[in-house]
Parts: sequence; structure tokens; C-alpha cells
Amino acid sequence: MSIANFHPNDLLAILPELALVVLAGVIMTMDIVLAENRKRLLGLTTAVGSFVIIAAAVIFSQPNGELIWGGMISNDMVAFIFRLVFIFAGGITALLSVDVKGVAHKGDYYAIILGAVVGMCFMALAADIIMLYLAVETTGIAGYVLAGYVHRSSRSAEAGLKYFLFGAATSAVMLYGLSLVYGFTGETNLTAIASVLASGKVGISVILASAILILVGVGFKIAIVPFHFWAPDVYEGAPTPVTGFISTAAKTAGFAVLIRVFITGLTASEYWLPILVALAALTMTIGNLLALAQKNIKRLLAYSSIAHAGYALVAFVALSELGVAATVFYLMVYVITNLAAFGVVILVSRSGAGEEIAGYAGMSRRSPYLALAMLVAFLSLAGMPPLAGFFGKFYVFAAAMKAGLVWLALVGVLNAIIGLYYYLVVLKVVYVSPPQEGALAIEVPRAYSFALVILSVGIVLLGTAASPWFEWALSAAQGIF
Amino acid sequence: MIPTTYYLALSAILFSIGVIGVLVRRNAIVIFMSIELMLNSANLAFVAFAREFGTLDGQLMVFFVMTVAAAEVAVGLALIVAIFRSKASIDVDAVNLLKG
Repeated sequence: MSIANFHPNDLLAILPELALVVLAGVIMTMDIVLAENRKRLLGLTTAVGSFVIIAAAVIFSQPNGELIWGGMISNDMVAFIFRLVFIFAGGITALLSVDVKGVAHKGDYYAIILGAVVGMCFMALAADIIMLYLAVETTGIAGYVLAGYVHRSSRSAEAGLKYFLFGAATSAVMLYGLSLVYGFTGETNLTAIASVLASGKVGISVILASAILILVGVGFKIAIVPFHFWAPDVYEGAPTPVTGFISTAAKTAGFAVLIRVFITGLTASEYWLPILVALAALTMTIGNLLALAQKNIKRLLAYSSIAHAGYALVAFVALSELGVAATVFYLMVYVITNLAAFGVVILVSRSGAGEEIAGYAGMSRRSPYLALAMLVAFLSLAGMPPLAGFFGKFYVFAAAMKAGLVWLALVGVLNAIIGLYYYLVVLKVVYVSPPQEGALAIEVPRAYSFALVILSVGIVLLGTAASPWFEWALSAAQGIF
Repeated sequence: MIPTTYYLALSAILFSIGVIGVLVRRNAIVIFMSIELMLNSANLAFVAFAREFGTLDGQLMVFFVMTVAAAEVAVGLALIVAIFRSKASIDVDAVNLLKG
């Protein structure tokens, strides 16, 4: 990799981000121009725009593996895959918001989602700690606003405040870690930092201290133990589409930063690796055990998402091409699957059945197709073949085994069994429990059925035809080692 | 000229005060001020290192951090006001609807 001078193609490389910013402007303008009864178009435009941007990115913005924009951005395949995932998640979130009370007809809501997506894209692209910090904060601040968006609801405001206080504090700790990295290497570029570290001039204690401080910030983003306390509260209180967005895209963006900082930058892995291995095991176990006791579906999915961050971390700590590829593939699967799960949750709570798991009783008889979507999503989360979740876990554990972390893979498999239990308990309520008296079919607007069909097909496709997707992730991983 | 280590020691002290403030205080505004203290301690470290190396990267970073901090103030205070409206309190222990 070399730092190239400015080239017109550099603009094409960040075309998706530029287009997202333009789209946000368009949405804000439409918000002023449109009549109140046509505001539903805002969400639909955001979604369609996002999918057009994905297509444009695939055509025009193929990565070349270079450092561009003065070394600020690494235009490689890992970033490219992550960006497509973020834009997809943003589009689906917009689609899942179009009929949700409190957020649906607000132009700024969609614009903030797009802003968050831009931040996430730059988190994946960042090759310099300045860019990295700015991108993390762009995503973070947009996330705080989104979580507290329905500020008249005290639950949403509370979620926003908690997210904000945790997020701001942890990112300040991360910034201090970054200042130490800069101070002891004299560089801000991650590749340059790696080469200074390789020369062995920097002491162990400094590397370890800055790694731990940075891990606090990243750990918050991906909600791993012991930085997970905010997750259940924020997930429960935030508007449900936002919960889906934060738990999928924001978490994935955190992993993108983890890959950038710890694989490209702080290459002296022998110091921080044991910490991450221990955290991976703890995160899976604590997430799954706490999920067992949950009665609220959003809290259950919150703890399950903590456990899923643990699985993705298992692949990451293998620190190999296979490991990074497995992390990337696992996250692709996780984003699609969890968005589908939240899509169902949104529809059920819209119908007035609430967010308690008991409210899902007999859903298979009231709305068989919706129950089917839930079945696909939850079985994929549980890791049942032939759905995508199974192959995600398969590659994760394979990567851990190959790196000699057999015990960690075993802990993972045991955790997958615990996970299977609580996902099946929910499905039992959906399929076996009798419906409550007078419960009607759940209304599914067309935008939602479209989103759920895309997501369900995606889950099946990433499962039954997993290998081309995994090859893609593997080619990306080869680019960063 | 004051040695760089002095600045770094001050920065570490400020950072520690900030962390303790975040962990110990219960008033949302005071927690928020402690977070600002942490950000500024990192700024001080960046500037001190930039002076040591004679490069501008660290100074540049500080400008961005200040901008980010300003954006955080806007969002954070708005959320604190929203909480105050519903609870007439900004004690974080009173913010307890979501538990389980």
C-alpha cells in the first residue's frame, strides 16, 4: 500500500458517502415540500435511494486497496463489504420505519439515519486515527439522537440519555488511548503506527495501556462484556426500528473499527490478545445466560445481540485471514437476520400486542406468514442449518479451531445450545400457545412485507449458497494481512 | 521550556479526575462536565505530543475534538432537558424506567 496523490477516481471511491449526504439533503427538502398526508414517501425514498446507492457503489466504487485522501481512507475490500452492509441496513431500517408512530413522518429522522450510515461507512474506511475518531463520533452522536428521538416518551428520552452518557464517556476514554498511541509512535496513520510498533521502540506497558483504553470505546460500540450494561436499556427504550439499526449496523461498524485498529494498527497482538479471548468467552456466556430470564422481546434480542458479538469476537481473536473472513461473514448474516427479527417485533408492537413475549401467543394462527418470517429469523439466530446463522457459526468455530483455540470453540458451541433454548421458547409461544381471546391478524403493510421477504430470502440465500459470500469475505480478509 | 512530561502528568491527572467524576457523581450535568474534562485531557496530551514531535497532526486533532465536543454538548443537553421535562430531575438514579 502506498499513499497516492489526489486522483479524480478518489471521488468515485467515496461516491456512496457523497450520495448518502445528497440523499439526506433531498429528504430534508421533501420534508418541507410534501403535504402531511404524503409524508410516507420520505421513508420510501430513503429506502429506494439507499438501494440505488448500493447498486451505484457496486458499479462505480470497486475498491483498489490503496490509501487515498492523504492516507485518511483505506479503499479496500473489507471496507467495501462493510459499507454495503451499512447502507443496506440503513435502507431496510427506513423501510421498517414508514408506519411506526412517532418517527414515520419525520424527515429529520431519516436524514439522521443516513448521517449515521455515513459515519459508519467512514468507520470502516478509516486508515488514520483522526478519521477514525471523527467517524466514531459521527455515528455515535447520530445514534444518541435516534435513540432519544421520541423525546415526549420518557422511555425513549431515557434510552437516549443512557446511550449518550455511556457513549460519550467511553469514546473519551478511547480518545485518550488514541492520544497515547500518537504520543508514543508520533504517527496518526494506522499503517505507519504498525511499522513503528514493529521496530520495537515502544514499550509493552504503553501498547497495553492504549490497547485497553481503545478497547473501552470499541467495546461499547459492539456491546461486549463488561461494556454491555447500556445495551438492554437502550434497546428496550429506543423506537424499535432504531433498536434494530443500532443493534445491527452500529455493532458491525464497531467490529470494522476493531479490525482496523487491532489488525492494521496495534499489530503487537501478543499483549492484548489474551484480554480479547477472555472477553469473547465472557460475552457469549453472560449474554446467553441473561437472555434466558427475559420476558420482553426487545430485551431478549438485546442480550442475544451481546452473545452474537461474542461469537463474532471468537472468529476475530483467531487473528487469521480465515478469522477475519468469518467475522465479516458472521456480521453480514447477523445484520440480515436481526433486522428480520426486529421487523417482526415492530409489526407485532404496532398491532397493539406490546413487547412482552406472552403477546406473541398463537401468532402462527393469526398471521402465518409473519410467524414464518419469525421462524426463519430466530432459527437463523439460533444457528440451525440450512439457514445463514448455521454457516456463520460454522466458519467462526472453524477459524477458532484452526488457530488452536479449541476450548474457546467449545465454549461457543455450548453457548449456541443455550441460545437455541431461548429462541425455541419464543417460537413455542408463537407456534404452540393458543392465541388470546379476540386476537386479530396482525396488519402487515406492503413496505414491511417487502422488507421481510428480502431479509428472509437473504437468510436462506446466505445459508444454502454460503460459499460465494464467504469467498467474498475471504478475498477481503486477504487484502488486509 | 516546560518539559513534555509535565504536560502529560497534568493530562493524566485531569483524565483521572474526569473518570472518577463519571463513575461517582449522579447528576447528569456533572457527569457530562466530567466527560468534557476527559476530552480536554486528551486534547492536552495531543498538543503536548505535537509540540514534542514538531508535527501538526496532534494540533489538528484537537480542532476536530473540540468540534465533536460542541456537537456532543448540543445533543447531550437536549436529552438532559427532555429527561428533566418528564421527571423534574436530572439525577441519573431517578432515570430508572428501563430495568431488568
